[in-house]
Amino acid sequence: MTRLEVLKTYKIYIGGQFPRTESGRYYTLTGKDSTPLANVCLSSRKDFRNAVVAARAAFAGWSSRPGFNRGQILYRIAEMLEGRKEQFVAELILQGAAPKAALEEVMTATDRLVYYAGWCDKYQALFSSVNPVASSHFNFSVPEATGVVAIIAPESNSLLGLVTALAPVIAGGNTCVALASTSMPLCAVTFAEVVHASDVPAGVVNILTGTSKELHSHFASHMDVNALICYGTDKTEITRMKELASLNVKRIFVHTKEDQGPYHILQAQEIKTTWHPIEQIGPGKAGY
Amino acid sequence: MAQLQIPDFRKSTIVDQVGIEERVSRFNTRSIKKESKVKGLKLVLSMIDLTTLEGKDTEGKVKQMCYKAAHPHDALSGLPTVAAVCVYPTMVGTAKQALAGTGVKVASVSTAFPSGQSTRQVKLLDTKFAVEHGADEIDMVISRGEFLKGNYAFVFDEIAAIKEACGTARLKVIFETGELSTLDNVRRASELAMHAGADFIKTSTGKISPAATMPVTLVMLEAIRDFYYATGKMVGMKPAGGISTAKSGLQYLVMLHETLGADWLTNKWFRFGASSLANDVLMQLVKEKTGVYQSKEYFSAD
Amino acid sequence: MKKKNTSVKPLNFTSGWEYAPAPESADHIHLEKQYELFIDGKFVKPGKGKYFDTINPATEKKIASVAEADEQDVAKAVSAARKAYDKVWGRMPAPERAKYIFRIARMIQERSREFAVIETMDGGKPIRESRDIDIPLAANHFFYYAGWADKLNYAFPNQQPAPLGVAGQIIPWNFPLLMAAWKIAPALATGNTVVLKPAETTPLTALKLAELIRDSGLPDGVVNIVTGAGRTGAAIVGHPGIDKIAFTGSTDVGKLIQKSIAGTDKKLTLELGGKAAHIIFEDAPINQAVEGIVNGIFFNQGHVCCAGSRLFVQESVADMVIQKLKDRMETLIVGDPMDKNTDIGAINSKEQLQTILKYIEIGKNEGGEIYQSSCALPGKGYFCKPTLFLNSSQSHRIVQEEIFGPVLTIQTFRTIEEVIEKANNIPYGLSAGVWTDKGSKIFNLTSRLRAGVIWANTYNKFDPASPFGGYKESGFGREGGLHGLMPYLKF
Repeated sequence: MTRLEVLKTYKIYIGGQFPRTESGRYYTLTGKDSTPLANVCLSSRKDFRNAVVAARAAFAGWSSRPGFNRGQILYRIAEMLEGRKEQFVAELILQGAAPKAALEEVMTATDRLVYYAGWCDKYQALFSSVNPVASSHFNFSVPEATGVVAIIAPESNSLLGLVTALAPVIAGGNTCVALASTSMPLCAVTFAEVVHASDVPAGVVNILTGTSKELHSHFASHMDVNALICYGTDKTEITRMKELASLNVKRIFVHTKEDQGPYHILQAQEIKTTWHPIEQIGPGKAGY
Repeated sequence: MAQLQIPDFRKSTIVDQVGIEERVSRFNTRSIKKESKVKGLKLVLSMIDLTTLEGKDTEGKVKQMCYKAAHPHDALSGLPTVAAVCVYPTMVGTAKQALAGTGVKVASVSTAFPSGQSTRQVKLLDTKFAVEHGADEIDMVISRGEFLKGNYAFVFDEIAAIKEACGTARLKVIFETGELSTLDNVRRASELAMHAGADFIKTSTGKISPAATMPVTLVMLEAIRDFYYATGKMVGMKPAGGISTAKSGLQYLVMLHETLGADWLTNKWFRFGASSLANDVLMQLVKEKTGVYQSKEYFSAD
Repeated sequence: MKKKNTSVKPLNFTSGWEYAPAPESADHIHLEKQYELFIDGKFVKPGKGKYFDTINPATEKKIASVAEADEQDVAKAVSAARKAYDKVWGRMPAPERAKYIFRIARMIQERSREFAVIETMDGGKPIRESRDIDIPLAANHFFYYAGWADKLNYAFPNQQPAPLGVAGQIIPWNFPLLMAAWKIAPALATGNTVVLKPAETTPLTALKLAELIRDSGLPDGVVNIVTGAGRTGAAIVGHPGIDKIAFTGSTDVGKLIQKSIAGTDKKLTLELGGKAAHIIFEDAPINQAVEGIVNGIFFNQGHVCCAGSRLFVQESVADMVIQKLKDRMETLIVGDPMDKNTDIGAINSKEQLQTILKYIEIGKNEGGEIYQSSCALPGKGYFCKPTLFLNSSQSHRIVQEEIFGPVLTIQTFRTIEEVIEKANNIPYGLSAGVWTDKGSKIFNLTSRLRAGVIWANTYNKFDPASPFGGYKESGFGREGGLHGLMPYLKF
């Protein structure tokens, strides 16, 4: 008798838990020859709302962790991802990728996490400054995490796009709610499991599956979301999101390229400038 | 229990130097013109402790200075006298005699002025000598060494003892702020001296540079204000040394006016320890009256 | 000395020595009766021939007529800016660009007194501030950014920074020339050209700057200045030839702008409203803190987006701080902005005065205990007494909403956690102030307060080298410093 394969239930990831969507809705993902691959949660705006609550709760703790510690955790995600390489490759192939490209994507995603792990305690030095003001004050500017960031991951790939969007956000101390690719959601859910096993505090990363069509306006309008990063290409959706972002002066960034670099961290950072008097230093005395 | 509470002077109010300097520069943007300038200059003149504190002082020089104190510039009518003359204890008798009936007070430095490097006993004798010869006011110096050491009790007792020796003479306590190094120390010394019984607190002997500065004086004025609100007692202020221009005198007056208010705008509560300030004030007063810029040659240099 | 002896009579600041009037002379000021639009290096009449009055808020008298630009005028300005960008400014070697900006800085310094007097006449701010703060800072801002023009590759290594093109800039009435400098200087240094609209109540110093720019020899069209009200601003925002919008003003208008350019690729920076927490701990240098409170809320009549308008005082020193604050308020001179001794000048406009007075009424109705200094107000002009609301609550509208006037709400607190929570409990995040002598407490506070500028043991300090801008609904992007270059560059 052949052994019956145990199928995986693909759920969403909110606040360190894997619930099904509160709406009970799903969509069926099919493979190449239209064979059903999985029933995927069709997340609702309430799922998004719950995820924002979790992300907000996690923000103070995550943003105040030393960059070094965040770096170790991001590196840990990479380690976990590397360890489950085969599963991701298999899922990517199921979703239609060629085996070589699938492997390439997983390796690039892993390396990208390592890249941002290294940035966690370095971008601050890059984007900080000591400002030579003309009065007797010490003045410096440092980047600080913006807050809760909503992410609409690229539709065109499954794992690398999500990692590209998410890694710089959490490297910078933000917490996030990410919407996975609608057509290729499997790796996103599995990636949530990787995150879950990597000492990432609950709520720092939240991953939903569903459609941008349904959720984009809520991502953009939510008053407790500080920034929105999207890789969408739908012009109408982008315009709508930019409009709604104005409700709370949300920072919104629309990307077309899936590249990496420290300026991707900077976009979800605020620059804070601090002043303090310096005794005995002033015109005619010493100075910075 | 109605017991005298002596504060812990290690915990005196914190002073931020940069904030003090900013406040001072704000006072100095005040533009004093016309009638307020004349009134201010006369006030400054009336607050001067005309001072000679030199080894080479003679009775003749002191007498001349006393005349100047009571008759600053007879060519201009309606002028006040200065507040006091300030001399060494050995000159108190001479000054007292010269000023009889003028209303000008005689102040004497004491307590081994200017360094204060002597014993308590000598300092008390020094003070009593001046008082017995008629000094209305005593300008003492604190033991800066003990203060900087943190021996606040010593300095407190020293001031209290001198105050007792003063009898009815009003006591001005000189900190020699140029040796106290920080504004926090100036604030601490101010609180200490007022609690120990000072009638006036005073910046400097005039023998050390820097002497009086506006930031130091502002710290002391704020201490006086806070002491007043805490105890209801008014204490006077005397910046001394380095104030030689009428403009600077008016700037101090603005600072006084906006820190302690109208009740302190009198020579009962504010003095300038200065020697050349009087003539510059007189020159400005004559200029205000005549509209013509003045020369030093027309003002007696006593 | 922490406790106030209640039997002591308050200090007397109301009698004694009064300062005689010391008015700044306006004799050397040259003002036209009518001002035109500055487009392509020339002053040109508005297409529709419409003008509006700019008045002196301290006297309610008209100073000049000013052209009102409509969509066509704005379009002309944008095409002049585009032409200048394509033909001249975008191609100019950076060191040459720098020299033009340096020259503008120097010319402002040379004519600083003239600018100060006009700023005070047009906007109502005390001459002491326009002379000592606004105008010098404006000149310094040009001087600072001039030096960056040929060093951008060092500021952003490996990024190949390039200008965006034409920047549309809309500025408020609270710091008219200074805001013009904050906008124009970094835009020019990075190689952009500019269409700038000053506020309709304070257009004059921007127009004097236009004269200066014309005289400086800056190529035609690099800076265009169009005057008008909201409609003119909307025309700039809506013009398709604009690559970047930089706006300083109210959060409401900022949101409208963000929304209206949603369908475009225009870049945006917003510097919007604020409601800063100003926190005084018991271990602060109290006397300097009181001065900081005064500078925080009464500087420029409180028309400051980063004003320290919500005071939080630790309970143990609250009575003392409030007494000192009241004493200090008695020494504030309210009146003729042209008098060198005036501390608080005229409210910028009748509308703004009405807004402030409305909030004072709201505050009274909310049950706040009001205190105002005893100063007399001039019979003519728009003036407001410095005002405190004691015993305010977090839920009061006067605590939640930006008043933009000399009105301070006061709350007390006991613990650090409590005050941080209350300080951050607001949609704004522009600035905050903290006073304590303890270094580690300062850093705890400065890192946990969600605001773009934190003043520790000082308040309301500005410098061209210091980045300025907000968190949350106070906007995004920075002005000043190296960070102030980024909004005008693409990488």
